[in-house]
Amino acid sequence: MNKNNSFLNRLFMVLVFVFLYAPIFLLIIFSFNAGNSNTVWKGFSLDWYQKLLRDRLIIQSVYTTLLVSLLSTAIATVAGTFAAIGFYAMRRKVREPLMTVNNIPMMNADIVTGVSLCLLFVAFFNGWGTFAAWFNSLGLFRLPTRLTMGFGTLLIAHITFNIPYVILSVGPKLRQMDKNLVDAAMDLGCTWMQAFWKVILPEIKPGIVSGALTAFTMSIDDFVISYFTAGSSASTLAMTIYGMTKKRVTPEINAISTLLFVTVLILLAIVNIREARQERLREKRLV
Amino acid sequence: MKKTLALALAMMMVAAMTLTGCGGSSSKEERVVNVCSWGEYIDEDLIYQFEDETGIKVNYQTAESTEALYSLLKTGAGDYDVIVPSDYMIGRLIAEDMLAELNYDNIPNYALIDDQYKGLSYDPDNKYTVPYTWGTLGIIYNTTMVDEEITSWDVMFDEKYAGQVLMIRNSRDALAAALLDLGYNINTTDEAQIQEAYELLSTAKNNGVYQAFVMDEVFQKMEGGNAAIAMYYAGDYLTMLENNGDLAYVVPEEGSNWFVDAMCVLKNAQHKEEAEEWINFIAGTDACLANMDYIWYASPNAEALEQYPAYYEETYGEPLDESLYEIMAAPDDVLDRCTLYENLPAETLTLYNDLWTKLGI
Amino acid sequence: MKNKLSRLTIPYVIWMALFVVAPIIMVVIYAFSAADGGFTLANFAKMGTYAVVFTRSFKLALIATLICLLIGYPLAYIMSKEGPRFQRVAMVLIMLPMWMNFLLRTYSWMSILENNGLLNQLFQKIGLIALYNNLFGTDLQFFRMMNTQGAVVLGMVYNYLPFMILPIYSVIIKLDPSLLEAARDLGANTFNVFRRVILPLSLPGVLSGITMVFVPSVSTFAISKMLGGGTELLLGDLIEQQFLGGAYNPYLGAAISLVMMIIVVICMAVMNRFGEGEEQAVMM
Repeated sequence: MNKNNSFLNRLFMVLVFVFLYAPIFLLIIFSFNAGNSNTVWKGFSLDWYQKLLRDRLIIQSVYTTLLVSLLSTAIATVAGTFAAIGFYAMRRKVREPLMTVNNIPMMNADIVTGVSLCLLFVAFFNGWGTFAAWFNSLGLFRLPTRLTMGFGTLLIAHITFNIPYVILSVGPKLRQMDKNLVDAAMDLGCTWMQAFWKVILPEIKPGIVSGALTAFTMSIDDFVISYFTAGSSASTLAMTIYGMTKKRVTPEINAISTLLFVTVLILLAIVNIREARQERLREKRLV
Repeated sequence: MKKTLALALAMMMVAAMTLTGCGGSSSKEERVVNVCSWGEYIDEDLIYQFEDETGIKVNYQTAESTEALYSLLKTGAGDYDVIVPSDYMIGRLIAEDMLAELNYDNIPNYALIDDQYKGLSYDPDNKYTVPYTWGTLGIIYNTTMVDEEITSWDVMFDEKYAGQVLMIRNSRDALAAALLDLGYNINTTDEAQIQEAYELLSTAKNNGVYQAFVMDEVFQKMEGGNAAIAMYYAGDYLTMLENNGDLAYVVPEEGSNWFVDAMCVLKNAQHKEEAEEWINFIAGTDACLANMDYIWYASPNAEALEQYPAYYEETYGEPLDESLYEIMAAPDDVLDRCTLYENLPAETLTLYNDLWTKLGI
Repeated sequence: MKNKLSRLTIPYVIWMALFVVAPIIMVVIYAFSAADGGFTLANFAKMGTYAVVFTRSFKLALIATLICLLIGYPLAYIMSKEGPRFQRVAMVLIMLPMWMNFLLRTYSWMSILENNGLLNQLFQKIGLIALYNNLFGTDLQFFRMMNTQGAVVLGMVYNYLPFMILPIYSVIIKLDPSLLEAARDLGANTFNVFRRVILPLSLPGVLSGITMVFVPSVSTFAISKMLGGGTELLLGDLIEQQFLGGAYNPYLGAAISLVMMIIVVICMAVMNRFGEGEEQAVMM
């Protein structure tokens, strides 16, 4: 492709980035505000960062957010990868209807996904209550009669909307793979487990990584589905923020977001620098 | 093949475990209490203090409005132990058999609550509730943006202030303002009167009187001078005043609503004992003083209410302005023109819901 | 071999049955239920009243999607022409905002757009408002930006723009350069190369970008509540109000959700006919 962008093109690009980042810089700047306003600057201070450390509600919700995102991403990545391999091996007639179902959580509005899961959980818990009461009357061992929404339901919801993203990014990599590779490996005496580890996995690794990253991002950014499925004992950071946007968001939230943002920025920078270095090494080797 | 099956089984087990994991809370050594309240409605230090003193972990969430809390409870999305609904909602929850009777032996601080706030219409026999705060509903306005002295609910519907008015996003309060302006009782069940009130609201909305429908957003909008007039609660006015000295508060002459928010325990609460411990802690004089100082809502604890001016002077080194104290704890002559909301019959509630949804369209 | 591998999907199929299909069945059941549990069509009979909300939501979502496409496509295209290192950094920069919670970013827009907000203060300082008043003989103190439909659309564009850029970019970047060279060698000018080769080949990315912007836009409730002031409800607000908001009626809420879902599915199905046979593009 021709590699020259005109000045106007570059300017357009800069403007879009300004649009994307202006509100974010504003948030970061006001995390250092001495006053508690998000519009009036009253001088520099680190007060909000100090207060943040003592605010258990916020720290707890950050912890919940990270935990649910990490767990759901890990589970969704493993499950999604296997599911994608399964789909890949399926006959078209079986695969297509299943893929349509798989796409539902992505095509569906968040609010419908959240609401429907909420209805399901409530109905299930009611049914479970009746079942457990009956079971306990048998006197074998006791089942808890009351299940409630909480971290467990939150995790299930996140896994459910994360898996399709993993499948969607692993799927194309599988299709790009040479179909005979696996058969050849098996002919040469590999068990399917070995074939998976030695042949399939290296081929689809980029797909898995980007799927996991997408899933994690979606999990962190999600609010609507969590809002409907977290119940009373778990709050994600997004839910805590939503509770605050209605009054004044304390700059503590700006502070914690700044910290998260900077952490991600540094992590991504490290990954990028490493990748660039590896690329350069590879180029050298080729020369 | 066997391995495939084993893997499938393993994944099923993960699924099953996460499922049962949700119910684990019932059999833990860790003591927990799930509280649902409103935004900016507690001095958060009290939560930490309670956790440190008792070792009970507090899961503190907030709901947007009384009606939203009711939805949360009904949907089953909210599984709380302690809630702090307003008077009329308590009546409704009791009528629907959703509240647990309290064991007042576990709540000795209940004795400190002034008799004035006991035996009210929503809980005539004092079986379910411990009052948390009380106050009035009124109009908050920015004196630099409004050049008259406001005394009537009229301004909430007046085109003169088009685009400057913040209406409350809560069917009961919004319709109450309209009913009061029309000279009706806020507890009316007369469908024609409610319809008339709705028309008043709807016309004002269509004429662009309302800049927005708000609940807690009112803080940043009024403090920042983004709107001139809003209707909200007395305690919140005092919080806003700290950040914007131009604001004024009035309980209109047509009368208004006075409310009591009280702590209750839900019938199916899993941590009733912890809930009562929490309620007792919050009803104590020290907690009430700290809370009053933080949220500016009057406490029903007689000792705390009386001691507050002295507490203020001690904390801030200057006496509390008498007029502010009177806004917080409305004197009898103001309370005389105010009415407590009562729980409405089911048909009227349905009418409220339908009209409210219709208004939004 | 292949058939054995396909068994790997079994756990996920069960999962989908439990947590994707069953919840939707729940919505259908609720939509046809009355408060006392009996079967009813009353929830749908009310739907006519909400036609205004449906049109408003679809209109705003459509505008937001169009704007996203108009910004996102050229951006993805321009980016793909830069050097590889720049591209990598740019991709990260587009993903990065999503790591700061969208509610917070939207809240930040509130303080920018308010009547007394940062933008109006800026306009005041540079004399823009005075200039406008002089030109048009008005007596404005501020430009009204907050609590308008425009603010809601802005919120949508801002929040969902990355969802448009990423899939388009991921498709364009994979285009075979030799294909473009061939087209050019055969005498096509830049415009024709774009129209005849790049555009059709990037269609799958465009389609999935449209889906990923349109669907969350049409159903949002947080953005409209924060930037729209709640005077004009969107579908998401209406649904949220029935479930967790001020007018408890989950049966009506389920019915509205169901109708919205069906309309969205139909829209997407019609749209995807254009890209029939194409694989849906991935975000990255």
